[in-house]
Amino acid sequence: MKDNPVSDCTVSAVPKLRKRARDPVLMQKVAFALLFLATLLIIVPVGLIIVVIVQKGLPGISWQFLTDIPRQGMRSGGIFPAILGTVYLVGGAIIFALPIGLLSAIYLSEYARGNFLTRLIKLAIVNLAGVPSVVYGLFGLALFVTFFKFGASILSGALTLGIMILPIIITASLEALESVPHSFREASRSLGASKWQTIRYVVLPNSISGIITGTILGLGRAAGETAPILFTVAAFYLPQLPGSIFDQVMALPYHLYVISTQVPNVDEKIRYGTALVLLTMVLFMNLAAVVIRCRFRRKKKW
Amino acid sequence: MVEFVVKDLNIWFGPIHAMKNVNMEIDSRQILSVIGPANSGKTTFLRMLNRLNELNDNFRMKGEVLFAGENIGDMDPETVRKKIGMVFALPLPLPMSIFDNVAYGVKVSGVGSRKRQAEAVEKALRRAYLWDEVKDRLETSAFKLSGGQQQRLCIARTLAVEPSVILFDEPCSGLDPISTAKVEEAMLVLKKDYTIILVTNNVKQAARVGDKTAFFLSSELIEIDNTERIFTAPKDKRTDDYIRGKFG
Repeated sequence: MKDNPVSDCTVSAVPKLRKRARDPVLMQKVAFALLFLATLLIIVPVGLIIVVIVQKGLPGISWQFLTDIPRQGMRSGGIFPAILGTVYLVGGAIIFALPIGLLSAIYLSEYARGNFLTRLIKLAIVNLAGVPSVVYGLFGLALFVTFFKFGASILSGALTLGIMILPIIITASLEALESVPHSFREASRSLGASKWQTIRYVVLPNSISGIITGTILGLGRAAGETAPILFTVAAFYLPQLPGSIFDQVMALPYHLYVISTQVPNVDEKIRYGTALVLLTMVLFMNLAAVVIRCRFRRKKKW
Repeated sequence: MVEFVVKDLNIWFGPIHAMKNVNMEIDSRQILSVIGPANSGKTTFLRMLNRLNELNDNFRMKGEVLFAGENIGDMDPETVRKKIGMVFALPLPLPMSIFDNVAYGVKVSGVGSRKRQAEAVEKALRRAYLWDEVKDRLETSAFKLSGGQQQRLCIARTLAVEPSVILFDEPCSGLDPISTAKVEEAMLVLKKDYTIILVTNNVKQAARVGDKTAFFLSSELIEIDNTERIFTAPKDKRTDDYIRGKFG
């Protein structure tokens, strides 16, 4: 036995193994503790942000704050024009981005073959997702404000935001469409349904929850961004409601930036109150996404 | 009467030659059993008949398939699939109610009236021996049915479109013997009105229900003849070996 190099090798390996054999239990505990702590740490910033903003902002919230225009150089009064402006911008962005995003997702998932054009489109989507938001702002300024002469307007801002959330909508929709089993499409086609009928009656009804979820998450993003609306729509101070889509509006994220850094002596209540309203809007959208997903998942029939 | 004439059929999926020089005739209102080991081209052959292979981007085909005298390549694929129905290996209900599953094919061919859909659904479910089991719960999800019921639902769904040919792709591979017997029984009744082509891995099933039997091996048609002849005196030794279980 001693002459056998293999057994020699095992013998020398045994003490090391034994030494390690005691460790795994401890290692397991250490690893678990580390992983758990790291995960726990995630709640801390989220919790702090919410606690601080609610604590400082809640006293500022009143019916008047939500429905009145800003007064005395934004040092008192309400933020209604900014709330409405954000709603308009988000609504406009969705009207523009959802049809284009959904249709291109359907094309990519159902019709496209794996050729050069498809690869190019997918590359474009990835790049679109990676562009910093301030660059979208500059792009919107150049294209919509200047070139198309829409001016700084709801239209320019909504289009800019729409382009920004396109990759979110496309990616989420694509994922939802591709999660529908291929066999369903085959069964539908075997019954004489055309490609479009299959999409309409089988694929879309079974992916709509994912599409809606992705869209709402995109909306939440659009509602909170400052940079893309900075040059394209947002008004510094405009205490009246817009009359058409070619008017400028105030918007919550930009208004928050203005009253926090550009206007001196704004009451803390107003600043944190504005932040609280913005945060609530975005949280509600995300919550809606979660609820919709849960409801459809329960209804899912396979 | 001859339903299908297949002439010099060759099929490729990308670089794979999946069907080599197949020539055959398929009679109407009979059951043709197609047997052969895995990867022998049985399913490819079946899916070619109602042009389902075309859903695969890499599919290429040479040769002619005449269906009732007409080249299926010249026909509209949706029309081909309505006339030539298909039942898959695994029960594959669509994620909707029992009623909607059976009404689906009728609906996509443009019948909007709920009443006419309901008539078609009842007729199809009766023909598939499922009506009595589901008539009180047509609005429940098709996934609530047992495996055997789901497979008969798929048969009913195919029948509702009123095809003249039904393709069965190993319809009993996931079923217990009693459910299998029910499906076979249904096929024997259906052949009075339909041409049936049955791909099966179960040689005994081929012997039980087939009027004719075709044996595929390595993408080639080795032999097609009356079932009795294939099982008693096959011309090719490979057919004999397969039936006796010497390979495959």
